[in-house]
Amino acid sequence: MKNGLDSAFGEHKRRGVSLKVLMFGWEFPPIKSGGLGTACYDLTKGLSWNNVDVTFVMPHAPDNAEVEFVKLIGADNFSKKVQIKKIKTLLTPYLNSHGYSEIIARFKFGDGKGNADVYGENIYQEVQRLAAVAQEIANEEHHDIIHAHDWMTYEAGIEARKASNKPLVVHIHATEHDRTGGNPDPMIADIEYRGMMAADRIIANSEWTKQNVIHQYQINPDKIDVVHWGVDYDKPEYHLNHASPFKNEKLVLFLGRITLQKGPDYFIEVASNVLKFNKNVRFLIAGSGDMTPRIINRVNELGISDKVNFAGFLKGEHVHRAFQMADLYVMPSTSEPFGIVALESMKNGTPTLLSKQSGCSEVIKHSMKADFWDINLMTDQIVSYLRYNCFQQELTKYSDKEAKKFNLNDPAKKTLAIYQNVLHQWYNHSTT
Amino acid sequence: MRRYQVFDIGGNHDYTDDQKNKAIMKKISEKCYLPMNKLLLKLIKKYDGAFKISFSITGVFIDQCKKYAPEVLESFRALAKTGCVEFLCETYYHSLAYLYSKKEFKQQVEKHKKLIEKEFGKTPKVFRNTELVFNNDLAETAKDLGFDVVLAEGADHILKKKTPNVVYTVNNCKVLLKNYKLSDDIAFRFSNKDWEHYPLTPKKFVSWIDEEEGDVINLFMDYETFGEHQWEESGIFTFMESLFGALLKKHKFVTISEASKHHSKGSLNVPRFVSWADIDRDLTAWIGNQMQENAIKELYLLENPVKTSKDLALLESWRRLTTSDHFYYMCTKWFNDGDVHKYFSPYESPYEAFIAFMNILNDIIIRIKEKNIKIPTNSYIMSSLEQEAWGGF
Repeated sequence: MKNGLDSAFGEHKRRGVSLKVLMFGWEFPPIKSGGLGTACYDLTKGLSWNNVDVTFVMPHAPDNAEVEFVKLIGADNFSKKVQIKKIKTLLTPYLNSHGYSEIIARFKFGDGKGNADVYGENIYQEVQRLAAVAQEIANEEHHDIIHAHDWMTYEAGIEARKASNKPLVVHIHATEHDRTGGNPDPMIADIEYRGMMAADRIIANSEWTKQNVIHQYQINPDKIDVVHWGVDYDKPEYHLNHASPFKNEKLVLFLGRITLQKGPDYFIEVASNVLKFNKNVRFLIAGSGDMTPRIINRVNELGISDKVNFAGFLKGEHVHRAFQMADLYVMPSTSEPFGIVALESMKNGTPTLLSKQSGCSEVIKHSMKADFWDINLMTDQIVSYLRYNCFQQELTKYSDKEAKKFNLNDPAKKTLAIYQNVLHQWYNHSTT
Repeated sequence: MRRYQVFDIGGNHDYTDDQKNKAIMKKISEKCYLPMNKLLLKLIKKYDGAFKISFSITGVFIDQCKKYAPEVLESFRALAKTGCVEFLCETYYHSLAYLYSKKEFKQQVEKHKKLIEKEFGKTPKVFRNTELVFNNDLAETAKDLGFDVVLAEGADHILKKKTPNVVYTVNNCKVLLKNYKLSDDIAFRFSNKDWEHYPLTPKKFVSWIDEEEGDVINLFMDYETFGEHQWEESGIFTFMESLFGALLKKHKFVTISEASKHHSKGSLNVPRFVSWADIDRDLTAWIGNQMQENAIKELYLLENPVKTSKDLALLESWRRLTTSDHFYYMCTKWFNDGDVHKYFSPYESPYEAFIAFMNILNDIIIRIKEKNIKIPTNSYIMSSLEQEAWGGF
């Protein structure tokens, strides 16, 4: 064990040898459907700048086309530091146990390619299967520390820890309570709890998430560190300068999954109120999700369908385009663990109105903020913002300025410091 | 002031948050005004008239005392009766009227002068402008209004290495300058543990005073320094008590009027405005961004319509909006650091402060219009509202 301490902790610092992380995630760009993929990509990129090697293990849908990761990662140092490993599974991000049952049924009885018996009967089994594969990888891949992102990979993390006897860090991007508006899938909640209990250290992406974890799962607060996210500086998409096609109208944007968590219903009520004061406003809803029919119905009920546009699910450059067209981005989430999308909006030059029930509102100063349910306050803020040009200009100026503060290096540095503390504890504890 | 919303406009003319004002007044009374006044009264009696002090208290503060804490006003009256305390004159509403309307400025100064005469029985002879905002012209205006002396910030760029500790003249008006270093040692740095001179002892402070050259040392500070900015636990009260005692052994306390009896040691030229705010010592804390500028310009644009209406309640509502703090809350330049601006603001951000203020001004416009009085065509709010009507594609 003494030897282990030298190689994993002291030696790295002394000789400048890279720390090696075995990382389990759900998704990695370009295969992604939410903020988690971006977060994992950005974290590994930031870590690569800090001389950390990452083996990134992710579930991979069997019927998905092979994607050229190298192209995405590029041929720079980043590609040398990051290695991607894929495990074939039916798990997809933002899945629940009911959704999995549907997928496995479709796979078995539909035109599923390959052997359906490979996959678990239910989501729990499938997570276990992923964990078994993780164990094999942990035996093969040299690593100093294990890092698992969100519940689907926690079992994998636990098994890997058993196999390699290396410390485990679990990372909470969102809890099951956040995703479901307080109606957690018990199976998923159980996995989340087990993961956090088994972990040597927990990283929460905000104080808001940390408090939720403490209250929902009674996790010891001393075990949790907070690392707020940043965004990537050097994407060309930030500088496209798209103008809005709605010349005489101001544009207010909602961008996110149309689900309970993201508060699209509040957005619509606010839109209807704002229109009572200002006729020259248009509201754009970008995203898809199970609440879409309900939202469309409500828009019709309120009689504002001529003022609300639905853009569907946007990807890549189109996301930036939507931000750049908009005068204001509104994030009325009922519970937003962090909300990296708010930073993306700011980077695109569009100020924000943020739900106070969000992690990013802890660190963003120059934005408007309201409780997600406070329709009157949000109306008041939007009306005033659109009414007084000087207000819009001032907030835009400071929002732009503040956006520069959030980069990828700070969160990566904090994460690295956490790794080093965990390793220090791990080997000191093991030797005594 | 309340966080007045767009829904309130036209239906609700009550802009103040009575409950909050009352709670804050009670809290600061207990922490600062009452204990400090008590201490000062005790010292005046103890040293038999040798200990002296001057106060500058706004009309708005006295109004609030009457409404929420009459015992505080009583304690100031008790101090006034000792004859060792001088009360200065300022704008009734703690406003920046001097910058936007000389007419309103003079009215507020007159109103304040009358109030001080009525409450404390003496006509004030010394003028201090809101936040020590000062320049050449202000000195002249003050002289025209019958004042002998004006207070100002002893900013480096107006003193140009000269001492702040003598009487100067600006446009033939005597000026006393704040010794900001020694004042801020108490007001800002007293309880700062990172400060090299922490902890500040009376002995240390007296030795600094001994080293100063000149005729008179002007220590000007927020009254809330005692017990509110510097908490009782920091030892501020015991420090002040022993400091006053220690200073009296070698030095003399005088009121502002007495201090100004010294001969002037030269004249100063202050073409640009100075104030005592932040490190910039200028006006940017109140009118440093577009929101602040538009809000304050719109406010003074409404002065004539409000006065034409002869509606006293409307005039009072409008005047309360002239208080400089409303614009201070909209300051964005320091918001990042979460420093003093945030500490003193009742709003969560400068943007909230702006929204509330503009909504109230919007309501003022409606009240003016109800009297069939026209709003000037260059009104920012009116032109902003015009853009909201359906303009088509």
